[in-house]
Amino acid sequence: MNRDLTQTVARIAGVNPRACMRCGKCTGACPAYDEMEYHPHQFVSMVETGRIDELLRSKGIYTCLSCFACIERCPRQVEPARLIEAVRVLAERKQGADHLRPQDIPARLDPDMPQQAITSALRKYRR
Amino acid sequence: MQRIGVFVCWCGTNIAATVDVQAVSDALAKEPGVVLSANYQYMCSQTGQDLIETAIREHALTGVVICSCSPRMHEQTFRKTVARAGLNPYLLEIANIREQCSWIHKDRAQATEKAIILGRAAIAKVQLNTPLQAGQSPVTKRALVIGGGIAGIQTALDIAEAGFAVDIVEKQPTIGGKMTQLDKTFPTLDCAACILTPKMVDCAQNEKIRIFSYSEVEAVSGFVGSFRVTIRKKARYVREDVCTGCGLCTEKCPQKKVPNAFNLGLDTRRAIYIPFAQAVPKVAVIDADYCSMLKNGKCGVCAKVCAAGAIDYTQKDELVECEYGAIVAATGYNPIDLSGYDEFAYSRSPDVVSSLEFERLMNAAGPTGGTLLRPSDKTHPKTIVFVQCVGSRCSAEGKGKTYCSKICCMYTAKHAMLCREKYPDTDVYVFYIDVRTPGKNFDEFYRRAVEEYGVHYIKGMVGKVSPEGGKLKVQASDLLDGRQLHIDADMVVLAAAIEPDKSARPLATMLTASMDTNDFFTEAHPKLRPVESPTAGVFLSGCCQGPKDIPETVAQASAAASKVIGLLSKDSIVCNPCVAQPDELMCNGCSSCEKVCPYGAITYLDKEFRGPNRTTLLRRVAQVNPAVCQGCGACTVACPSGAMDLKGFSNRQIMAEVDAICR
Ligand SMILES: Cc1cc2nc3c(=O)[nH]c(=O)nc-3n(C[C@H](O)[C@H](O)[C@H](O)COP(=O)(O)OP(=O)(O)OC[C@H]3O[C@@H](n4cnc5c(N)ncnc54)[C@H](O)[C@@H]3O)c2cc1C
Ligand code: SF4
Ligand code: SF4
Ligand code: SF4
Ligand code: SF4
Repeated sequence: MNRDLTQTVARIAGVNPRACMRCGKCTGACPAYDEMEYHPHQFVSMVETGRIDELLRSKGIYTCLSCFACIERCPRQVEPARLIEAVRVLAERKQGADHLRPQDIPARLDPDMPQQAITSALRKYRR
Repeated sequence: MQRIGVFVCWCGTNIAATVDVQAVSDALAKEPGVVLSANYQYMCSQTGQDLIETAIREHALTGVVICSCSPRMHEQTFRKTVARAGLNPYLLEIANIREQCSWIHKDRAQATEKAIILGRAAIAKVQLNTPLQAGQSPVTKRALVIGGGIAGIQTALDIAEAGFAVDIVEKQPTIGGKMTQLDKTFPTLDCAACILTPKMVDCAQNEKIRIFSYSEVEAVSGFVGSFRVTIRKKARYVREDVCTGCGLCTEKCPQKKVPNAFNLGLDTRRAIYIPFAQAVPKVAVIDADYCSMLKNGKCGVCAKVCAAGAIDYTQKDELVECEYGAIVAATGYNPIDLSGYDEFAYSRSPDVVSSLEFERLMNAAGPTGGTLLRPSDKTHPKTIVFVQCVGSRCSAEGKGKTYCSKICCMYTAKHAMLCREKYPDTDVYVFYIDVRTPGKNFDEFYRRAVEEYGVHYIKGMVGKVSPEGGKLKVQASDLLDGRQLHIDADMVVLAAAIEPDKSARPLATMLTASMDTNDFFTEAHPKLRPVESPTAGVFLSGCCQGPKDIPETVAQASAAASKVIGLLSKDSIVCNPCVAQPDELMCNGCSSCEKVCPYGAITYLDKEFRGPNRTTLLRRVAQVNPAVCQGCGACTVACPSGAMDLKGFSNRQIMAEVDAICR
C-alpha cells in the first residue's frame, strides 16, 4: 500500500476518498462501464487502499469519458472522476511529452464532440 | 469571615487526563477565604456527594465551589447536596473545567492553568453570593399537543387517561397524520387504518380531549406551568357544530378537478371535501383556492344541498386564547421533495413514484381502489424497481440530508413483499446501500422478503432512469456481482428521505425550543432526557425529534405524556430565584428594560418617595414579576442607570469574577 501516492492523488483531486460509502451510484451511472476494467467505485477504494500502481497500469483511466456523471451523482462528494483525473495527471507527470499536440486539434474537431473531451484528449492519447 | 470549600472533580479521566487536578486543588487552597480544598474521582457519585456534605458540616463552610462538568449537567445535583448539609443551595458555584477546559485543550500545562483561573473566578464570585429563596408558581392543569399524528394522538390519550385536560392543535382538517396514508404496517403487516382509526375516535370521544383541527399555533407566551397560547382556527366555511359529515356536498360540488392532497395528487377531489371516510372530526372543508363561490361569488351549490345548513361562506379565521401548564411538540415529518432528482426521472415520468405515493397506490381507499396500476396507463406493472436512500445519507451540498431516514429499509421490504404476495408474477428489485434492520422482528421481516417472497435485493445503486417507449430503462450497479445492470422496469419507487415539517422551525422560535441544523427538535439530553426540550415545560413526541417508525413514535409519545403528567400533577412548581430586581432608588422609569424583556416580566408603578424637606415625590419605577422573569439578564445590560440587577448574578459578582480572571 502506498500512502504517499494516495495522498498525492487525493490532494490533486481535492476530494476525500474515505467519504465514500460504497453505494455504487457512480458505477450505476457510468456510461463507459463496459469499456473500463475498474469501475468508478473501485477507483475510489483503490485510491483509498493505495493501489495506485495498478490504476496507473490500467487502460481504464483513459477510457473514462470525463462525462462527470459520477461527479454529478455521488452523494458523498467523493466524485470519482476527479480521482481518475488525478491519476491521469500522475501518469502525465511520470511520462512527459504530449502525443496529441495542440496544433493537431483543429483537424480533429467534430461539431458533436464536447469541448471537455478535447481537453481530456490532450492528456489521454499520450501513450 | 468566609469559609469556602473547593472540590475538584476528576470526572474519571475526562478531566484528570488533561488537567492536573492535584495542582488545581493545591493552587485553589491558597485563595483567600478557602479553608478546604479537595479532589475526588467522581464528585457526583454518592461518595463524592458525601464528601462535600461532611466537609460542609465539619468545616462550617459558608460557600462551596465545585470544579467539574458544566452546570447544565450537575448544578441541580450539587445544589441538593449542599442543601442536605444545611447550606443555602445558592451558596454554591460551579467552575466548568470539563467542557470549557479539559475537553477543548490538549496541552496539560495550559489546561491546568486555565482550570485554576476558572476556579479562582468561582471563588471570587461565591464570596459575594447571598442566600436565595426559590418562589412557587402555580401550574395550569391543561396540556397542549401540537400536531395530531400518531405521536400527538398517543400523547393526548395518555394525558387524558391520567385525568388531565388536553388540547390537540392539528393543521390539517383531520387528525391522524401520515399514518392515515399508509396501507399496511411493518413488521406485522396489519392495516394502518385498523389500528389508527380507533385511536382517532377515542380522541374525539374522550371528554378530556379537545381537538382544534384545521388550526395552527399563532403565538406563545409565558413559561412552564402557565403558557398562554393563541390558536388560529382557520376558516373551513363549514360550521363544525352543524355539519353531520354526510358528504352530500362533496358529491355535488361542480369543481371536480382539485388535486387530492390525501392521495398525494394521484387523483382529484371536489372544492368541498372530507379528507377521507374515517376523518376525525368528520366535517367538510371548503378549499378556498378552488371554490368558485369564494373566488368570484358564483355557485353556492353546497349550501343548497346541505340539509343541515352547515355551509357558511362568510366564516373567518378565529383566534382562541388558552392557558396551558405544558406543551408537547408532535409536528412529525414529510418526505422530501423529489423534483430535483432528475437522474431518477421523477418529474419526467408518472410511473416513477415516491414510497408514500406507492402506499396510496396499494391502498383500498387510494386512487386505484387498491389495485396496483401504473399512473401513466393504468396497467399492471410487471417489473418494479425500488431505490433506497434517495436523498438520505447524502453530504453533497443541496442534494439531500446527511442523516439516515431510518424507516425506509423496513417500508421498502414491506412494499416489495406486498407486491410479490399480491402479484406473484411481478419481478421486484430492491437497490440498497446497506439494509438496516435493528428492531424487534425487523431482520426476520427483511429476510422473509428475500427468502420466502423472492425479492431481488441488489447491493448497489440506480444511477440513471430513462423513460423510453412506455418503459423505464434503469441502469444500476450490482457491486457484489461486479456488473452494471440494465433493467426494463414498469415502475420505479423511490424511498425518499424524510425531513421535519416546515412549520416546525417557526414553531420552535415561538416556544423558544432549540433545534438542530436539520430542523429536528433537540432533546434536553441525547441519552438521559430524550423526550424533553431544554426549554422547561416543552416536551417532544414522535418524528419531530428525529426519524422514527410507529412503535418508536408511540413509545416516545407515551414517555412524553408521562413527563407532562408528572408536571401537571404538581399544584405549583419551584421558580428560579435568580431573577431580576430593580433598585427603585436608582431607577428613573425610562422603560428601557421593558422593551428588551422577551418574557414581558417588567411593568411600572408610580410610587411615593421621600423628597427633601419633608416633601413626597411621585416617581415611576420598574417592577419585575418574579414568576415570569426567566433570569435572562437582558434588562440588566439595557438599564442606563445600572438600576437592574440579577439575583445570583449581580454586576458586582460578575465584575469580581472578571477581576479574578485578570489577576
Ligand atoms: C412510505 C412510508 C411508509 C411507512 N410505513 C411504516 C410502517 O409500515 N410501519 C411503521 O412503523 N412506520 C412506517 N412509517 C413511519 C410512520 O409514518 C411514522 O413513524 C409516523 O407517522 C410518525 O408519526 P408522527 O405523529 O410523529 O408524525 P406525522 O404522522 O407526520 O404527524 C404529524 C402531524 O402534525 C401535524 N402538524 C405538523 N406541523 C404542525 C403545526 N405546526 N401545527 C399543527 N399541526 C402540525 C401534521 O399535519 C400531522 O398531522 C412509514 C413512513 C413512510 C414515509
Ligand atoms: S466521468 Fe468517467 S468514470 Fe465517471 S461516469 Fe463518466 S465515464 Fe464513468
Ligand atoms: S457514488 Fe460516491 S459514495 Fe457512492 S460509491 Fe461512488 S464514490 Fe462512493
Ligand atoms: S360553493 Fe364552492 S365548495 Fe360549494 S359547491 Fe360551489 S364550488 Fe363547490
Ligand atoms: S432578566 Fe430582565 S429581561 Fe430577562 S426575563 Fe427577567 S426581567 Fe425580563
